Amino acid sequence: MKSYNIFISGVGGQGIGLLAEVLIQSCLAAGYAVLGVDTHGLAQRGGIVVSHLRIGNKDKLFTPRITPGEADLIVGLERLEAYRGIVNYMRDGGTCIYYDAEQQPIHVRMGLSQYPSHEELEKAVAERHGKVERVFIEDLPDVRMQNTAVLGRIASFELVEGLTGDIIREQLLEISPSSAKDANLKVFEQASAARA
Amino acid sequence: MSKFADNMIRKDAWTGLMMGNHALVRAMLESGVMVCSAYPGSPTPEIAAAIEIIPEEQRPIHFEWATNEKVATETAFGASINGHLSVVFFKSVGLNVALDTAVQLSMLDCIGGMVVVIGDDPGANSSQNEQDNRHVGRLMMMPIFEPGSPSETYSMFLEAAELSKKLKMPVLFRMTTHVCHARELIEFGAIPDFDYDWTPRFHAEGLEYWPITTAVFPLKRKAFAKLSAVEKHALSSPSNKVLSPNGSEPENGKRLGVITHSIPAYSVLECMDESGSSIDVLKLGITFPLNPEQIVSFLNEHDEVFILEELDRILEHEIKAIAFDNHVKTKILVRPDIEHLMHEFVPARVWDLLSGFWPDCFAPKPQRAEAAEEVSPRLAQMCPGCGHRSAFFAIRELIDEEFPDAITVADIGCHSLGSMKPYEMGTVLLCMGHSNGTAGGLAIGNDKRKVVCFIGDSTFFHAGLPGIINNVLYDRNVTLVVLENYTTAMTGHQPHAASGEIGDKIKIPEVLEALGVKFLRSVDAYMQDKLKDHIRDSMNHKGFGVVIAKHPCMLKFIRDKRKRAEATKRAESVNR
Repeated sequence: MKSYNIFISGVGGQGIGLLAEVLIQSCLAAGYAVLGVDTHGLAQRGGIVVSHLRIGNKDKLFTPRITPGEADLIVGLERLEAYRGIVNYMRDGGTCIYYDAEQQPIHVRMGLSQYPSHEELEKAVAERHGKVERVFIEDLPDVRMQNTAVLGRIASFELVEGLTGDIIREQLLEISPSSAKDANLKVFEQASAARA
Repeated sequence: MSKFADNMIRKDAWTGLMMGNHALVRAMLESGVMVCSAYPGSPTPEIAAAIEIIPEEQRPIHFEWATNEKVATETAFGASINGHLSVVFFKSVGLNVALDTAVQLSMLDCIGGMVVVIGDDPGANSSQNEQDNRHVGRLMMMPIFEPGSPSETYSMFLEAAELSKKLKMPVLFRMTTHVCHARELIEFGAIPDFDYDWTPRFHAEGLEYWPITTAVFPLKRKAFAKLSAVEKHALSSPSNKVLSPNGSEPENGKRLGVITHSIPAYSVLECMDESGSSIDVLKLGITFPLNPEQIVSFLNEHDEVFILEELDRILEHEIKAIAFDNHVKTKILVRPDIEHLMHEFVPARVWDLLSGFWPDCFAPKPQRAEAAEEVSPRLAQMCPGCGHRSAFFAIRELIDEEFPDAITVADIGCHSLGSMKPYEMGTVLLCMGHSNGTAGGLAIGNDKRKVVCFIGDSTFFHAGLPGIINNVLYDRNVTLVVLENYTTAMTGHQPHAASGEIGDKIKIPEVLEALGVKFLRSVDAYMQDKLKDHIRDSMNHKGFGVVIAKHPCMLKFIRDKRKRAEATKRAESVNR
């Protein structure tokens, strides 16, 4: 198979590492080969954190980074970063699943640039003939669980054959600290069921 | 113990997913490394995280953070000449700090073996330059290993450590950012039953550890002899291999080859997978010293060979010299443009480059159209609650109101971000600890514009002290603002001399007093009026003045608080 490329993006501290880890382990459990790489540069301090995943056959995967314009799935943990991911990386006909949180960068706060609306994001996706899934949970108990909510929504689609919700749920529980398992599971199921 | 730590130290062979930095630690354990020292710097801090997650009583590696990269290197060297296999690691520019020490090491018998691990940064993802430390390996007369993936990191480290022990010579292990942070499934071996013998075995007959004047030459000859042993090893090393995934048939009557290294090797293989072209790839894992026989035979088997390397023209020059000496007739192709001497070679870029030479194999692709949408930039910024923010806000106000032509000098750390919007404080930046020296120079012959410089607390000890001492001795007209947050924040909260986590805290105000700083004030960074008063007084004071603006790193403070609360909760539930 041609590789399936997942581009995950958000802001430092949103738990992109955990999200990527669950997806990688799920893909491995589903029998695929996976290459991944995180790129964060100076980003621990409120900057952009990105994780690239490429899924496929072992002898067809060489480098972990996704070529711009070739991501099948954009996963965003925040609206501006989802938007940036779509603009730079989404392939024609790709999918975007994002958590509708808003973390304004300095440029927006200083009035030097605009923060995109959900409608603008939808428009960018439409121009690439793609689909978009907005994830938002009104009563999310902890902002640190936005990543779990996004995982739940991803799990409601079988994006790649065999990458089922059950596999993703199992890997999430495997990786979650024991104190957070119940709460994570609840958010995961809620986001999964809320699929449009 | 976490599952990650369990896996890291399990004795038997197993297969698991790991990032390059963590795979390195598993290889260290399988090689019997006993001592490891480091100074934090991206892309390498996760190496320490993987060591430190192993509970101390089960950790065979003595690990410690050093004051700076030079001390870390000396620590590893000392352990090695006592017979213990050692590792030192740091980021690309850390090698500059370590160099005064590191450049001697190849002349001396490192009897336990020693691997110098660096995280080079093509693409300057998190560094002030993208320096190619393969030059420095040559200067240091150290063999260079270059893994291009996490699994190669694992396998090549085993080879590098073995070679280092056998030849008693230090080896440079050059990882790059996206090797450090890549993740893949790796087949690990077993951890042998090492006896971890701590007997101090240092032994000097005469001057073999004393490279001064004429004593240098026999030692240098020994280093050359070791390098030629590595050159022989390179010929049979599994790290240097020819890959022909699509067969070796000529393309349009021409036999084509690529000589490459590290990540670019995988990029070219990806391009070949897409194009189906039959090109042979000589992938070099040991990139110094080159084995001329290996290079010449590969060149002679081809009509055209492209040398695909990332950053400087090092392989290009050495391979051309080998070809010249051996009367090779093969056409050698190299990167044509200075743009190719910068950034990383991801597949799309390799395709674009090779399509200019071999368009039949790599048909030129149309340039991807620029997206119509404008997307707001997101600069890294200081965290909510950060004391640096408050200090910069106050100092910005003071300078705008009273000293509009003042010059501000930045240093490395979270506070470097003050140079960006909205504070724009610290408009000249070189490297760790430069701020005092640069500010001192800016103050010479200058009675018109005030000079203010910044430094963080970890950098204060790392490389800041010599510059501070200079400013004290010459009583420079400089105001130093020490931004003290009690941790090495930028790289993930590693301890330092004044953080209180290693031994007795070395208190910065006491150090400054002992050095003879006459104008010294200290205030919480959130007491903005007071901070402004102190800095105004210091700027009006003739001579060197220091103001410490202190406030704990809020990110660490909140995390620690949360951890303490969780621990208390657990303890309470147990008691119940």
